[in-house]
Amino acid sequence: MKVQDLMEILSARCLTCQANLEAEVSCGYACDLLSWVLAHGRKGMAWATVQTHLNVIAVAVLMEMACVILVEGVLPEEATLRKAEEEGLAILSSDKTAYELCGLMAKAGVLPPEA
Amino acid sequence: MEEIALVDTYQVRPGDFRTAGEAAASIKRKLKQLGINSAVLRRISVASYEAELNLIIHSFGGSLTMEMTPVELRLYSRDIGPGIADVDKAMEEGYSTASEEARDLGFGAGMGLPNMRRNADAFRIQSKVGKGTTIEMCFALQPAAEGSR
Repeated sequence: MKVQDLMEILSARCLTCQANLEAEVSCGYACDLLSWVLAHGRKGMAWATVQTHLNVIAVAVLMEMACVILVEGVLPEEATLRKAEEEGLAILSSDKTAYELCGLMAKAGVLPPEA
Repeated sequence: MEEIALVDTYQVRPGDFRTAGEAAASIKRKLKQLGINSAVLRRISVASYEAELNLIIHSFGGSLTMEMTPVELRLYSRDIGPGIADVDKAMEEGYSTASEEARDLGFGAGMGLPNMRRNADAFRIQSKVGKGTTIEMCFALQPAAEGSR
């Protein structure tokens, strides 16, 4: 599954113009503690969070994630968006809760990260 | 004599969350160019990011140094204080003394040091209150599964 397929499944929109929507989604995750995400992050992960600051991009890029999904309509800071554009990382936005988004991902066959 | 192929040092300023992750990203970029095995690179990335964040959150200022030899990569985190009073406690998962500001950003989960230890092949921490903290981590660059040579 690609990021653009995930967007359709979640009815999410992409906030970054330069993003690679062809990136392959390998697994899904929801968490707002960055160290926790660092411990469980994987290449190709779709990560749902309410965090909107710059360090979200640093973690996502370090982990080579496929996309970040900002939940419940939270909007990223200007600098966050700019950094994501620079890195070609997709930032998706949805009004749904992380719970609902994970439910939709699970239903579509997106797995949790392997232990 | 030991051959060190690459040495790099990054200064990390306390409290500067805006540039957080730049040193780790730079280390990763360099090592990727050198063609380091991606599983090892991932572990080095996590450990260096956690070390960098710890310097930003807790230290009075410090540096991150990487040293590469043909067989291993070493990461050193050194700071000028304040030092950790109870290192054993600090190594426990979930224990954190991070500020409210850091916690609001999603840090301070008490996973930093445990994440470093888990990802490194060798981990050593030395700390003295009033002096500072030094962390030394080693990552083998050759897969151990290949057996002795």
